[in-house]
Amino acid sequence: MNTVGQRKMEAVELDQVLQQNSEQTDQYLTFIMADEEYGVDILRVQEIRGWENVTPIPNAPPHIKGVINLRGTIVPIIDLRQRFGLSKAEYGPLTVVIVLKVNTRKGSRVMGIVVDAVSDVYSLSADEMREAPDLGDNVNTSYIRGLVNVANKMVILLDINELLGGDTIPEVSAAALGEIKHMSGH
Amino acid sequence: MSIDLSQFHQVFFEESFEGLETMESSLLDLDCDSVDSETINAIFRAAHSIKGSSSTFGFTPVAEFTHVLETLLDQVRQGTRKLMPDHVDLLLQSVDCLRGMLTALQSGSALDVAQSHDLIARFNAILSGQAAQPSSVETVTASVQPATAAKPAGAVDAMTWAIRFIPDINILRTGNEPVRMFRELAELGSMKVTALTDKLPDLGQLSPENCYLGWDIELITLESRQKIEEIFEWVADESDITITAQASADTLVPLDVPEPEPAAESVVVPDVVDEKPTKAVERRAEPAAEQAKAAESTSIRVSIEKIDTLVNLVGELVITQSMLGQLGNEFDMSKLLRLQEGLAQLEHNTRELQENVMRIRMLPISFTFSRFPRMIRDLSRQLGKKVELKLSGEQTELDKTVLEKIGDPLVHLVRNALDHGLETPEQRKAAGKPETGLITLHAYHQGGNIMIEIRDDGRGLNREKIRAKAIANKLIGENDPLSDDQIQDLIFQPGFSTAEQVTDVSGRGVGMDVVRRNINELNGSIDVRSVEGEGSTFTIRLPLTLAILDGQLVQVGEQVYIIPLVSIVESLQPRLSLVNRVAGGCDVFRLRNEVHSHYSAVRNFCHHTRNQQLEKSLLVVVETGTSKVALVVDELLGQQQVVIKSMEANYQKVAGVSGATILGDGTVSLILDITDIVQMAGVHQQHKNGLKLVSSRVGAG
Repeated sequence: MNTVGQRKMEAVELDQVLQQNSEQTDQYLTFIMADEEYGVDILRVQEIRGWENVTPIPNAPPHIKGVINLRGTIVPIIDLRQRFGLSKAEYGPLTVVIVLKVNTRKGSRVMGIVVDAVSDVYSLSADEMREAPDLGDNVNTSYIRGLVNVANKMVILLDINELLGGDTIPEVSAAALGEIKHMSGH
Repeated sequence: MSIDLSQFHQVFFEESFEGLETMESSLLDLDCDSVDSETINAIFRAAHSIKGSSSTFGFTPVAEFTHVLETLLDQVRQGTRKLMPDHVDLLLQSVDCLRGMLTALQSGSALDVAQSHDLIARFNAILSGQAAQPSSVETVTASVQPATAAKPAGAVDAMTWAIRFIPDINILRTGNEPVRMFRELAELGSMKVTALTDKLPDLGQLSPENCYLGWDIELITLESRQKIEEIFEWVADESDITITAQASADTLVPLDVPEPEPAAESVVVPDVVDEKPTKAVERRAEPAAEQAKAAESTSIRVSIEKIDTLVNLVGELVITQSMLGQLGNEFDMSKLLRLQEGLAQLEHNTRELQENVMRIRMLPISFTFSRFPRMIRDLSRQLGKKVELKLSGEQTELDKTVLEKIGDPLVHLVRNALDHGLETPEQRKAAGKPETGLITLHAYHQGGNIMIEIRDDGRGLNREKIRAKAIANKLIGENDPLSDDQIQDLIFQPGFSTAEQVTDVSGRGVGMDVVRRNINELNGSIDVRSVEGEGSTFTIRLPLTLAILDGQLVQVGEQVYIIPLVSIVESLQPRLSLVNRVAGGCDVFRLRNEVHSHYSAVRNFCHHTRNQQLEKSLLVVVETGTSKVALVVDELLGQQQVVIKSMEANYQKVAGVSGATILGDGTVSLILDITDIVQMAGVHQQHKNGLKLVSSRVGAG
């Protein structure tokens, strides 16, 4: 209990320090998937590791690749490509798993996402961020925190808790993502 | 800042509940005709310590109530009062009342004192009836006056003691409470207290956690010096205490003495209380704050012996580790043998350490069994039945979590045995049985399991009645041929109760299905054996612990799965000729003329198998409840103990999987939930069809 509390405290402190130093900017770790760049809140990232074989879970949806042993804890691995309905990529030695801490209603969980490659770390302020366009009722965009232009590139910032935290994972399609980019004038 | 007493509340409640249990079981052991002084003493001691600690913590209603109870017990203990059966009843009710009060205090809810006042009134009625009896001298009572008033009658060695009590400055920090000691002293006789305030610093320098006061106490009492010393026992080491005998009060006229004291006492004591007014406020605020904490934190008592073993084992582990470390620094092949020895020792150490750590969580099943004597006593009266309860194997140890969860199912089974199982004395006589029925609770080890048997010598299960009821509830068809075992098994179906009338005790229809489900959740199983007219036996099988499981590793395709060893009946190679295909995709397999629906639950469940042909696969026959099902696997690997890891911690419940474990090579392997898999495959449903099929075939052949 103590160590968890401590870690939480540290995270909070770190958060404060970061905020003070860079005046309301958040840092995002970005990664590449099918030539697009996505970002996640860096404070949610626990570690980055190479792809290793997983133990598949029977009757799980295809984007749930299985579980791995992360120093004694069972951690599920989610293929974000398949999750977004993108074409499936072959896993190779360069394939990367980002281990994230996700806050859910039932407490915090540790999950891994498979992405093509890790790209960069950006400091972004809230002003730079644009809301994801509303695509009507049939496209769920709640898992998108915002869109940001960095050096003429569009980066999609993901809300990890929305994306992975729910009991049922919201339906996301490649078409929807394409539409989002189209509408935001990319 | 005063001492935060609330940190001890958890311990207080645990100790008090334990004390109540002791009282209860001792009360049930009591035989009114020949009172065993040891038993009475045990009850008295328990009551006394509850009284003492509850007044320390400021739970006055509890302390007051226990006090009256204690007074009666004290008279019985000293032989001045004969114990009557209705006293025992009253005392048992008081135990219930105290338990209620303590539970209310623990959860921080409002205390219902109506019941306790009622009981206090009844105690007082008994106690005042005692006034007629002549031979009572040493009645311990709450207030000072009656005790001194009783003196003239005896007028023995009333002594005046001058006590100088200068406590250590840190006395409050050690959890000792001078006010409480004064209260105890006041019970011994009449006293006069003067506070010595000479060491009191200026207000600016005063630290509220220190005790700067000393006291001069003049005590007139019948009690011996030893009794007085006992009160100061806890603080004697760190305080300056002098007890001197003054002129014996004998020479004085005893009646003159009491008058001035109550006044003196009431003047001085507030002085002490004033010192820490914050504490009084805190006491009131505590329960609410404590509420949440009490709910979630549970603790466990571990014997020193177990801890010592652990410390020793860790010591050994460290030695082995340093030995291996040394070996590794300058290793060459000539030392291979020593390395192997060292590794063997490491394995040995680890296994022992693991076993002992697991043992910490183990508690004797008597924790659960102990509630039954009382329950049986009350219920048998309510139902007008005569019952004897026999407990055996109470020392069998069980994981704490299992122990907590098995309580309710057991209560249900025992109630059932008493209500449905046992007949009334008249019926028993008519059936040629002794009037007193017998219920036996027996716990023992068998293999890696704990078995609990609940046996009664009552009327047994009436198969015709069960059958009729099952047909009425459309659980079975009218002409279904069912074996006796299968009929008995029907009582575990939802919504099934054969009680003719719903009583207060049982028969509300929430029944055996819940019992079975609870037990299944613990990875256990329950069976019933019954002979009509002779009684029934329910046998519960439980795993020793929930954290470790004996598993059979099986290979299915590329993956290794684990089947709990408990559920495996046997493994075999199937012959194709023994497999029949039934419509609906379910295959049925005949094993020594017993029919098992088998099927590739595992094969469907998992992704693909290497051996596509059935004859090259293996069948693992597993048992769920009473139905047997064969699973198709590719290969049997080894058997090993696996540590169960939760899948739900980071993911969610996966149907058909009860958890995961990490194998020796670091990969994750899933543990199969047999009950779930069978249900998922729909095999359970088809099992009945399979049976029908066979029986009709028997008819034809």
